[in-house]
Amino acid sequence: MTHIVVEKLVKTYRIAERRAGLGGAVRGLFKRNYRTVRALSDVSFAIGRGELVGYIGPNGAGKSTTVKVLSGILVPDTGTCRVLGRVPWEERVEHVRRIGVVFGQRTQLWWDLPVVESFELLASIYNIPAQVYKTRLDELVEQLGLGRFLDVPVRQLSLGQRMRSDLAASLLHGPELLFLDEPTIGLDAVSKLAVREFVQRLNAERGTTVILTTHDMDDIEALCKRVLVIGDGVILSDGSLESLRTRVSPERDLIIDLEREMPIADPDARVIRRDGLRVHLRFNPQQISAPALISRITARHPVRDLFVENPPIEEIIARLYRQQEAL
Amino acid sequence: MRAYWALFSGRLRMLLQYRTAALAGLTTQLFWGLIRVMAFEAFYRSSSKAMPLSIEQTVDYIWLGQAFLMLLPVRLDAEIRAMVRTGSVAYELVRPLDLYALWYARTIASCLAPTVLRCMPLCIIALFVFDMRLPSSPASAMAFALSMMVALLLASALSNLLNITLLWTLAGEGMAHIAQVATFLFCGMIVPLPLFPDFLQPILVYLPFAGLMDLPFRLYTGHIAAAEITSVLARQIFWTVALVLCGRWLLSRGTRVLVAQGG
Repeated sequence: MTHIVVEKLVKTYRIAERRAGLGGAVRGLFKRNYRTVRALSDVSFAIGRGELVGYIGPNGAGKSTTVKVLSGILVPDTGTCRVLGRVPWEERVEHVRRIGVVFGQRTQLWWDLPVVESFELLASIYNIPAQVYKTRLDELVEQLGLGRFLDVPVRQLSLGQRMRSDLAASLLHGPELLFLDEPTIGLDAVSKLAVREFVQRLNAERGTTVILTTHDMDDIEALCKRVLVIGDGVILSDGSLESLRTRVSPERDLIIDLEREMPIADPDARVIRRDGLRVHLRFNPQQISAPALISRITARHPVRDLFVENPPIEEIIARLYRQQEAL
Repeated sequence: MRAYWALFSGRLRMLLQYRTAALAGLTTQLFWGLIRVMAFEAFYRSSSKAMPLSIEQTVDYIWLGQAFLMLLPVRLDAEIRAMVRTGSVAYELVRPLDLYALWYARTIASCLAPTVLRCMPLCIIALFVFDMRLPSSPASAMAFALSMMVALLLASALSNLLNITLLWTLAGEGMAHIAQVATFLFCGMIVPLPLFPDFLQPILVYLPFAGLMDLPFRLYTGHIAAAEITSVLARQIFWTVALVLCGRWLLSRGTRVLVAQGG
């Protein structure tokens, strides 16, 4: 069953521009210039129940705008969109009852209240029966490890603690669909792992559909089977990370540790980096297979250690963005 | 309803903590009240004409104005302003609540809490230490209390309107200044409305601002007979409803043009 259907979504913003300097400011009093920014030019996709989809793109590509349209906050200019069978901005109140949202850069908790009081307020807002609330709260406290700081005012929490509390807050009413907008931004490694593990479990055990926007490719690699890439308001790619990789760049890296300093060259591979004795060679497996390249290199050079790696996904994505810009 | 009530009472409890601010404000207002009383006494003494409001009524009116100063819709809700500026207002929209009702509930709490904190001690001091008098009759007292309650709803509707303009202005100081000038002048805070020139009276009485202070205060002093309570309430309720509808309309337009700040 499809949870989300988006067709030809377009959203533009009108931004008032002011010319620089005092003269510009004075002229702005009489005549305003507006610039239209296309946040979404033509976005279409469909997401099924229980999917965990990564939604990535450079800053300003339209990720957050999409999430805000899907969660009923923004009204698009044109295009259609049905989420859980509803048009979000037309039946906002009914719609948001069934979704959870986390905007990583902001908190939905009440700054001055202890975490648990924020949860209680949310229980009132979503009209959660006391018994259901209690069970869910216990579950979330246990899974996210909130026990130690439930009574601490939100303003005194560390970012990691706050983010875990925010995650819990978005799930108290048991939504079928969860939007996570940069949930790991600014987190340390341990907190990131905790958030990832939790999201994975939520998706696997409860079957909650999750849409995750992020700049952290490790999030994507750890969590998402499917990735939507948006650039400049259009979907550039939709599929698994693997298919994205082969489509954009089939190349791989061979990393070798030499016994001693020496020049290295091969007709089918190029050196992309050298740190002392460690050399990174990039090759195309369609041109030369990894075993063939390895045997050729080891025959000619004294090698202490070696391994083959995919180029970091950041590079792939960056290349995809550049390809898009070049068009 | 449970949700709005929870948010209202939560906010009220939070705001009732600001006792020191209330105490500091109380002192200022006592002095300010005294100066105003002296000024008006001087005016009354220097004039031999019959005044539309007796000096005793004017003194009551002034003290009541000081007591209920915090009710006036002249301040923006700092939290709503911060939400609009930073874009956290997005979270308000992902709640299964009517945004107008949500903000209205907040605003009633923000108008009520500081008023409660200040009006009691100020009235007590003004009654026992200065020349303020008790309501002119038990019926007047009842009428005054009723009218003050509606005044709270009216003030909150105006305040909320001010908050909603933040969706366009972002900063809102300009709107707050306009609201301040209009409110102070037309609610009777600067000069009691009955002392305004005759030709202005018909206009003043039908502006929304009269319902904030002037009408209930005149019920208190007996300048408006308690029997006329229905006409006073009708005028206050009319404006409250009109302003709520206006606010709802503006907010629904505002959320359509919404641009969430900061990505």
